[in-house]
Parts: sequence; structure tokens; C-alpha cells
Amino acid sequence: MLRTEEPTSAEGAKQAPSAGAAPSRMEWRDRLSRWDVKFSPYLYVLPFFLVFAVIGLYPMVYTGYLSFFSWPRFGSGHGPFVGLENYAHVLTDATFHKAFWNTFGIFLLSSVPQIMVATVLAALLDTQLKGRSWWRMSILLPFVVAPAAAALIFGAIFADRTGLVNQWLDAVGLPMVPWHADRFASWTAIATMVNWRWTGYNALIVLAAMQAIPRDLYEAADIDGATKIRQFFHITLPSIRPTMIFVIVTSTIGGLQIFTEPRLFDTNLRHQGGSDFQYQTLTMYVFNTAQTATDPYPRAAAAAWILFLIIVGIALVNFLVTRAFQRRSLS
Amino acid sequence: MSKISTSWRRGLAAGAVATLLAGLVTACGGDDAGGEQAKLGKDDVLTITTFSNFGYEGLIKDWNADPDRPFTVKETVISEWDTWKQSLTSGLQAGTGLTDIVAVEGDAMPAFLAEGASDQFVDLSDPDLEDRWIEAKYLEGQTADGKQIGYPTDAGPEAFCYRADLFKKAGLPSDRESAAALFKDWDTYFATGEKFVKKVPNTKWYDSTGSIAQAMLNQVEFPFQTKDQKVDADNPELRKVFDTVSKYSPTLSTQVVQWKEDWMANFTNDGFATMPCPGWMFNNIKDSAPDVKGWDIVDAFPGGGGNWGGSFLSVPTQSKHQEEAKEFANYLTNAESEVAASKVAGNFPANLEAGQMLAEENAKDPYFNNAPTSEILANRAAAVPAGVPFKGDKYSDILGLFQQATQRVDEGISPDKSWETFLQGVEGLS
Repeated sequence: MLRTEEPTSAEGAKQAPSAGAAPSRMEWRDRLSRWDVKFSPYLYVLPFFLVFAVIGLYPMVYTGYLSFFSWPRFGSGHGPFVGLENYAHVLTDATFHKAFWNTFGIFLLSSVPQIMVATVLAALLDTQLKGRSWWRMSILLPFVVAPAAAALIFGAIFADRTGLVNQWLDAVGLPMVPWHADRFASWTAIATMVNWRWTGYNALIVLAAMQAIPRDLYEAADIDGATKIRQFFHITLPSIRPTMIFVIVTSTIGGLQIFTEPRLFDTNLRHQGGSDFQYQTLTMYVFNTAQTATDPYPRAAAAAWILFLIIVGIALVNFLVTRAFQRRSLS
Repeated sequence: MSKISTSWRRGLAAGAVATLLAGLVTACGGDDAGGEQAKLGKDDVLTITTFSNFGYEGLIKDWNADPDRPFTVKETVISEWDTWKQSLTSGLQAGTGLTDIVAVEGDAMPAFLAEGASDQFVDLSDPDLEDRWIEAKYLEGQTADGKQIGYPTDAGPEAFCYRADLFKKAGLPSDRESAAALFKDWDTYFATGEKFVKKVPNTKWYDSTGSIAQAMLNQVEFPFQTKDQKVDADNPELRKVFDTVSKYSPTLSTQVVQWKEDWMANFTNDGFATMPCPGWMFNNIKDSAPDVKGWDIVDAFPGGGGNWGGSFLSVPTQSKHQEEAKEFANYLTNAESEVAASKVAGNFPANLEAGQMLAEENAKDPYFNNAPTSEILANRAAAVPAGVPFKGDKYSDILGLFQQATQRVDEGISPDKSWETFLQGVEGLS
């Protein structure tokens, strides 16, 4: 491009060696460099957004579009527009209600203790331990274990008849827990898997925030005679507020989208989350709906959008509550 | 220097954008290729997907080793049907991504025969082949307007397998001929079971509630849907099956889920004494309990006969080698192939001639106390009532919900409540 153009502009310069040419060339360069400053940052971020548009935004928008149509099973294209019928089906489905409460229950049983333990764990790791790096790395270990492998281990721990926990209970004369039949027991088992995996991860994030707190704050508190516990509540917690909000919001989103653990925990042939849907979560509901007899994809699409709105709603409430709470503790 | 590097960077960015855009354009324009057929050469590959164990490995190996073969074949084996069903479904919906031949499980076939689904499959009708298979089985692969979308591979006529050693322990007649009387109808079967568990308290009578429920409901003419595909699950016959298995769940059933670890474990720890046994189950028992002695097969089935399983080979229209696929599906379901597959996988062939060949050989199985397996299966196949049960387009879906309902009872939920949840689930299907 440049090569073919160069002679022409050189010719132009020869023909009219007067004042006009040089400034126009300068102007062109000037404009280029201005464009460079103005537009190239966008060009650099563009690849990400293009990829996001293809694999993130487009499926989401198309899912929304699809949720208003019918699509016969095994058909190769969607059918006519049906309005809000798919949403009505999902919202009146008893299984959906069950899945909603299951998700909520598992979420509370996992996220709440997980964040509390992670924060305490981070505070303990933020002290002058020997072999600090080793301790810090080891709490991340569960996170690098593949979820499927973890599910196998926990499957052996929580098996109804031959499981480790039940054998221990049996050995000390306590009744066995029906891990897959009882709703609360199944939630606890699944929440245990989630907590095992994510607590260390969250603890490291919180730890990073704790290390950014100026040490002189603690020295001053020490001189004033504040106990370690008091320091934790009055210096550490208020100082890591933004990080706490981040951890709470991400674990809320993760908790509401929980899929792998309950799915692998499931001993049912059809993976419905227990024979009585005791631990079917909303994402499992979306997945299973996509396999049913009538309008599988549109109904799953509607369920996915309802799930999306629920998550946005809860994340928002979460954010507001945390902020209000942290503000009060600051003042 | 800096000027060069800026322009270089600019070029790079522009190039990246161009590549991405090109990628987008090709990605969007990729789905116009359907229908075009391509002839296969000797080393071109025809693909086939099966699930579980079809016994084709040796057949395909021999085919590929033959220097005169018209094309090469590559088989993908998926371990369970439910997993394969999901990929098959999404492959059909996407209109791409499936192999040239796909194996379809018999219970799911009715759903693929439905309008909208059947035109995704090639019509395999061939006047020369019409009398090749057990008629009832052949018709199960045919739509209402006569389009044949599957060649039957095997059938699942059910006998009963039992532990002769445990029968002896309970004081029951244990040899094959006299034990048959205990399996003449369901009432006798359950009554014997109650006697059995009193004598041998640590062993249950049957392997799982699900297998007995399935055996019983497959003797109901219209278990889930009426002839015109109307869903009617709340009918007295089905409820009777449900109430019967619910009643015996605490006393006679192991209350475990079929195919799972606890169920497997019961094969070796004397967990149960009897189980419904289609031909393909023989190998499952041998694999699960290689060292257990005492298994035998009785040439009887409560309530007459029953069929469990049996699959088809189909060719999706998205295949680019439909002619060759049809040819190879034909080859895999001819008498010699079905005999060979049956010997590997234990399936009872749907091919009539293959059934005869096996009966003439009259092989006896030493594992099952020298039971004449092919003779028993041939007799059991003759006892299967034609056209029962009627399988509507939602048969497989409702069957899944029904199995789940019996599992709930096993886990301690009241039968009435479980039935209610079942009906709710059935309603959600339409």
C-alpha cells in the first residue's frame, strides 16, 4: 500500500514544489498519529470483545430470542413464536420450584461458611508463621484437583451404604445418614464438596488484600493495647472491604450456578438430582430441560434467562447489603 | 525505530482484526453443506457410533483387514445409551456432527419415529430385507407411513436368572426344570419370594425394584400412551404395577438403583437371588460375578413373556455417504454378522436366520450350569406378545419418570406421594 502511494505523493511534490505540498504531508502524518493515539487502544481491546461477542454475548442474546419460540425435539430449526408460554411453563413447574430452593439451600450452606472460614484462615496465614509460602500454597491444593476427581473421592465418602462417613457412624452406633435420599443431608454433602474446593481460593484472595494493609496501623493498635481479635474486627475487616465485596459477589454467582458437584454426586440413572429432585439445582434444571420431550431448547432457554435474572437480583441485594454493613462498621 | 515499531504494531492489530472477522464470516456461513453425497474410496472412512456393547469390534476389524473392502470403517463406542442419546439429540438438532451410522436404543426409537424427527433419517426400506428380522422388532423401526428408519440389531427376550445354590439353601426346587414352576406367574413369583426371604434373611428376592417394574409394565398393553399417542399414565393397569412393586419393596427388593455400585456389589455378596434376564444380561452377570458359582437360567417368565432392550442401526440424512452407510448397516445386521456379534456380546439376534443358526448350534453355557442359552432365548422370544407394550413417542421419557417413582418408594417416600410427583412430571412433558 505505502509503496504504491509513495511515488504519487513524490510526483505531486515535484509538480508543485510550492508551499501547499509539505503541510499536506505533515497533516497526513499528523492525522495518522492522532488516530493512533485515539483509536489504537480500542483496536487492542477489540480482540477480547470480538471473542466475547461470539462466545458470550451472542449465545446469551440468542438464548433470549429462542425462549419465545417453540422447537420440536430432534427438529433442526425453531418453530413459531409462542410469546411467554415457555416462561409460564418453567415458572409453574413444581420441579423448578424445588430446584430453586435446592440451589438457595446449597448456596447458603456453602458460601456463608466458606467466606467466614476463608477470612479467618487468611488472617491466620497473615501472621509470622514458619514456612509461610508452603502453608499458603497448600490451602490452594484442593482448587487444582479436577472437580471430577474430587467428586469420586467424595462419592466414596458419602456413599449411602458403603461410604466412609456412614461406616464410621455405624461403628460408633449412630444411625447412618441417607446422603442421597434426605434433602438436607444431600445439600450438606454437596456444600462440603464446594467448600473443600473454594475455601482456599477465597482465602488467598482475602490474604492478598490483608497484606496490603499498612502495618503501622497494627503497631499503633498494639501500643494502644488492642487485642488481636479487636484488631481483626476494627482494622483488618474494614480495610479489606472492596475485596470482601468482590469475594462475596463472585461466590454468590458461583454458588447459584453450581452444577458439577451435584451432577457428579447424583446416583440416578437420569441425573435428575435425586429420585425426588432433592438436590437438583437450577443449572441442572436448565440442562435437564434441554433433554425433555416438548420444546426442550426454548424451555431451557427460558429457564436460563430466569436464572440469569435471579442471579443479577441476588448479586445486587448482596452488594447493597454488604456495602451498607461495611459502611456502618467503618463509621 | 519507533516509527517502524508503531507501524508494525498497527499492522499486527489490523491483521488480528481481519483474521477474527474472517473467522466470523466463515463460522456463520458453514452450514450449507447438507445433502451433498460423496463416494467413498477404499481408504476413505465410513463412521459408526454404537453404545454399550454391540459386539462389532471383531467384525469391523475383519472388514478393514479385507483388501477387497469398498471402504474403511471406524467405530466409536460410547459407554452408556443415556450419554450417547444426548449427543445424538444435539447432533440431530444442529444438523451436523453425527457419524454415518448411529445406533439407536429400542425404547427411544418411538421418539425418533415421530413427525419432525423421522425426516432426519434416511429411509432404509428394502423389499429384499422385509422378512429378515423378527416382525415385531422390524415394525418398531418403521413410521406410521411405512418409512423404515432402523435395521434391528438384536432383541431382548427375557428369561429369569437365579441362584440355584441359594434356592437350595431356602429349600426351593433348584434345578432348571422344576424351578420353572416358581416363575409361572407374578403371584407365584412374589409368594415364593416371601418364603425365600424368611429362610435366607440376608438375601433379597430380586435385584432391584426397577427391573421388576419394567418387566411388569412391559406386559401392559398401553402403559403410558393410548394408540393415538395421547398421554395416559394415570391408568389402573400401570397403577397396579406400581402398587405391587411398592408393596414388595421393603421385603423382596434390594432397594438399590440398577447399574450403580451398590447394585454391582450385590452380585458378589449374595445380595439377591433372581433377576429378569434378557440375553445381553448374561454377560453382565458373568462380568460382575466371575467367581460366583450357582447362577442358572430358567426357561420361564412370569406372566408369559417380555422384551427388554434391543437396538437399531440408523442413517441420519446429514450423512454424506448414505448409500455406503445403508450397505454397511445391511452387512452388520445380516445373519452371519448378527451371529458373530451375539457370540461376543451375548445379544439375542433380531435376525431370524441368525436365531436359527444359534439354535442349531445349541450352545450350552458352562457358567450358567450348562444352560442351553440359545434354546431358552428362542423359546422366550416366541413367548413375547406382539405389539405389547404399545410404545408411544414419549415412552422412554415416561419410563424414566416411572423408574424414578419406584426409586422414591425404595428410599422411603409414600407410594401415593411418589405417584403424585410422577403424574406431575408426566404432565410437564407436554
